[in-house]
Amino acid sequence: MNKEQIISILSEVKDPEIPVLSISDLGILRGVEVSEEKISVLITPTYSGCPAMETIREDIRAALGKYGMKNVEIREVLSPAWTTGWMSEEGKDKLRAYGIAAPGDHACSYNGDDHPQSCPRCLSKNIEMISRFGSTACKALYRCLDCLEPFDYFKCH
Amino acid sequence: MMDLLSTYIIHHADNALILGHRNSEWTGHGPILEQDIAISNIALDLIGQSRNFYQLAAARLNKIDRGQTLTEDDLAYLRDANEFKNLILVEQSNGDWAGTILRQFYFSTFQYLLFKELVNSPYPEIAAISEKSIKETRYHLKWSSEWVIRLGDGTEESHRRMSDALQSLNPWIPEFFQSADFEYEAASSGTGPLPEKLKEEWYDRVNTIFSSGTLPLLIPEKKFINVLSGKNGVHSEMLVDLLAEMQVLQRTYPGSVW
Repeated sequence: MNKEQIISILSEVKDPEIPVLSISDLGILRGVEVSEEKISVLITPTYSGCPAMETIREDIRAALGKYGMKNVEIREVLSPAWTTGWMSEEGKDKLRAYGIAAPGDHACSYNGDDHPQSCPRCLSKNIEMISRFGSTACKALYRCLDCLEPFDYFKCH
Repeated sequence: MMDLLSTYIIHHADNALILGHRNSEWTGHGPILEQDIAISNIALDLIGQSRNFYQLAAARLNKIDRGQTLTEDDLAYLRDANEFKNLILVEQSNGDWAGTILRQFYFSTFQYLLFKELVNSPYPEIAAISEKSIKETRYHLKWSSEWVIRLGDGTEESHRRMSDALQSLNPWIPEFFQSADFEYEAASSGTGPLPEKLKEEWYDRVNTIFSSGTLPLLIPEKKFINVLSGKNGVHSEMLVDLLAEMQVLQRTYPGSVW
């Protein structure tokens, strides 16, 4: 198996907390190294305390194991630090379709002043923040003032 | 005997773990659902940061003393209170919401200024952890600043509670800026800043938020004497109680896993 084939297998590994996104959509998958003896998969956590990392490790092993690849090393890299700038356009579309507002394309200021562009359901720009923290570390909670639905925003980070 | 740079790394880990644990005590008890989730998420970030620092310290100690096989769990769960190097501030019990907010605000302001320096540390692992953590810390700072203003400039009761929190937590501010032997070592090896260097900006930032929150401005202490010194392992009873609860499982069933 070559590197490209392995990357394509790994693109089936989903984020357990947002199961429409794969680890490559999210930018968690940082690289694959193939040698005679082993396969090294490089991943980076979104947030320092992201509780999904353990599950992601297990899912990577299981996905490669299905193709008979058992000698797999998973290395966590912290630098450069993960950013939503690494999220694929495809990933952002999937997020919106799932009802979560996607982070903007602009370079993030990381100071918590960014806001979603619109409600992922009705696309209204008339929205307000309910809480800086949502159901997971990477999200904040908003409300649409037109369709009145609350929604999650995947924060710019 | 632990070398001073390992102690320096452990000091950062201990601060994050102990405050993370304190915050986690709110989980299920927050004043409203959204803020219960907020403080629990901050706890998660801090405990994640502490893990990164503990892993680094364990790897370093194992390298120095070959044959030793310390893990992050050994450092978190099997040390006694006098071996912890966290600030006295972070072990303070939660008090009410105002006390928890103020404690977080003081710590996040300091942590933010510290990480701003450490991202340029020539020690690559420390720089990497700081680069990752500073984004989280910036968000904690934003959130806690908003709460300080909201409570300070809120109702008569919320203002009174913030004033009480100031009374109870202010004695622990000077410890931020008093260098311990491991901080002198970090500074002389270029690894990290002397905390004194962050003092002026810390007070400026805190006072800016306090003035928006109609709270009395802080005046930097000239002299500070206290028998407690978290950085030197001289802690209050509060840490002993916290560790008893946090460590009981590993102490009772060594090596148990989820």
